Amino acid sequence: MATEPSTGDLAINCELVTAILTRFIRAEIRRAGFQRAVMGLSGGIDSSVVTFLAARALGPENVLAVTMPYKTSSDATRRDAQAVIAGLGVRTVEVPISGSIDAYFAQFPDAARLRLANKCARERMTVLYDQSAAFNALVLGTSNKSELLLGYGTQFGDMASAINPIGDLYKTQLYPLAAHLGVPADILQKTPTGDLWIGQTDEGELGFSYAEVDRLMVLLVDRRWRRAELIQAGFAAEFVDRVATLIRRNHYKRRMPVIAKLSPRTMDRDFRYARDWGT
Amino acid sequence: MTSPTATAVSQPAVYRVALAQIAPVLADRQRNVALHLEQIQAARQLEADLVVFPELSLTGYFVRDMVPDVAIAPDAPEIRELLEAAGPMALVLGFVEESPQHRFYNTALYAEGGRVVHLHRKVYLPTYGLFDEQRYFAAGDRFAAFNTARFGRMGILICEDFWHLSAAAVMQAEEIDVLVCPANSPGRGVDGPRVRTAETYEHLSKAYAQLMGAVVIVVNRVGFEDGLCFWGGSAVTGPDGRTIAQAPMLDESLTLAAFDAAELRRQRLITPLARDERLLLTIEELHRIKRNRYGN
Repeated sequence: MATEPSTGDLAINCELVTAILTRFIRAEIRRAGFQRAVMGLSGGIDSSVVTFLAARALGPENVLAVTMPYKTSSDATRRDAQAVIAGLGVRTVEVPISGSIDAYFAQFPDAARLRLANKCARERMTVLYDQSAAFNALVLGTSNKSELLLGYGTQFGDMASAINPIGDLYKTQLYPLAAHLGVPADILQKTPTGDLWIGQTDEGELGFSYAEVDRLMVLLVDRRWRRAELIQAGFAAEFVDRVATLIRRNHYKRRMPVIAKLSPRTMDRDFRYARDWGT
Repeated sequence: MTSPTATAVSQPAVYRVALAQIAPVLADRQRNVALHLEQIQAARQLEADLVVFPELSLTGYFVRDMVPDVAIAPDAPEIRELLEAAGPMALVLGFVEESPQHRFYNTALYAEGGRVVHLHRKVYLPTYGLFDEQRYFAAGDRFAAFNTARFGRMGILICEDFWHLSAAAVMQAEEIDVLVCPANSPGRGVDGPRVRTAETYEHLSKAYAQLMGAVVIVVNRVGFEDGLCFWGGSAVTGPDGRTIAQAPMLDESLTLAAFDAAELRRQRLITPLARDERLLLTIEELHRIKRNRYGN
């Protein structure tokens, strides 16, 4: 019988995590000379958690939650986002993206579904950055560690942000944190979805559940178990290999573009400064 | 029976230590000097005898390619200004030191009476995981203790030095009374009541304090640099392993701790571990290991 890997590896102290992340948001926003934050609020658990954290860190009046529905976005999604906004009293603006997306794809009517999905994500990014300029704020990221590792996100789209408070938390860890913060139960109970087409679910697309993959990744990535040890612990070899491949293949999304080195000092190679340089 | 002429009894025995748990500005020496001046003034108002700042308190942690830009000599005007401001109060602070050979060290200094008494150059420069110190710093090459005017014999271990048993063993052999550890410890592990790194520091502090029969002072910074969370939690631990004072987690503070030097005597009477140390035996064993491992 397979050994059950310790679920304790994904345990978090929600109070401690909240204490750190609210201070992180405050410190990073203020050191850059800002007081305010903006985020895209989809009504899913990730962006809801970020909105709750930002409201706590900066005060709801300093938070702008932007909803950016496309014509196929579900009503449930909109309702959940509204519940977060109303509950927290954060500022909000709705910017539908159907007009600009459809105008673009009128020229490419045969584009595959993935192109539409990526275009939507990047359209939302440009809206957020523009709204951040209007609101005098920084954009908060809403990508979690599971998505970042698996590459389940659009480069320069939903993965783009100034600072990301939840990028080191697995999807599984966001549930207890969301409950701790008071995120509405409806949001905690629904199936994770990018809401990019009707019936889309993260887990349907990925082919495994976050619960399974997080249990594997915390051992593989954080605790550095070897392949043979994971298989011995009960993970199927194909599953381990598939996840390891996804992590490797998508690494480019997590890095700045590669620069061809010519001079004595090149960005990110031997021109090394902290991003928080001088603040 | 006690001797009525014992000099130790007649000396003032209670010392007040201020733990300056600050969030330095990364690579802005001028603003950090101002921050130090504020803290020094506040510590003097609290009538502290000693104020301790964290590792690299004048520069911040992730200095990277800025190391040569923020480096100063121990007699730099900034440091002289701080020593002057400290007046009769002793102080420990951290900075990037440039040697006459243009090597750059992660250094902590101890000063009293307006002059620098001791420099400790960090020996163990962590270069693993999130750390990259050996790329930028030269390593110190000694763990020497020194005598202070008022606190007895003192040793300084900077952050990672504190995690090396051998460094602590040298400090015990040096027969110190006070061990000071300025730190820039980033938090990792959020499943327990505190960040895991904080637990380790507490375990080490308690163990060292009891094993050496000494007071252990850890001052860790707070704030964030490139996503790293420095967790603070500075503390003073008495020679019986009990926490004398504990600064808050995560937030800036100036925490005052008082310790009674007479407690050192009492603890060493109860558990005279340092007295019973067999230093020559240890040295002989280390020589034997050296011969086996490296030849004669």
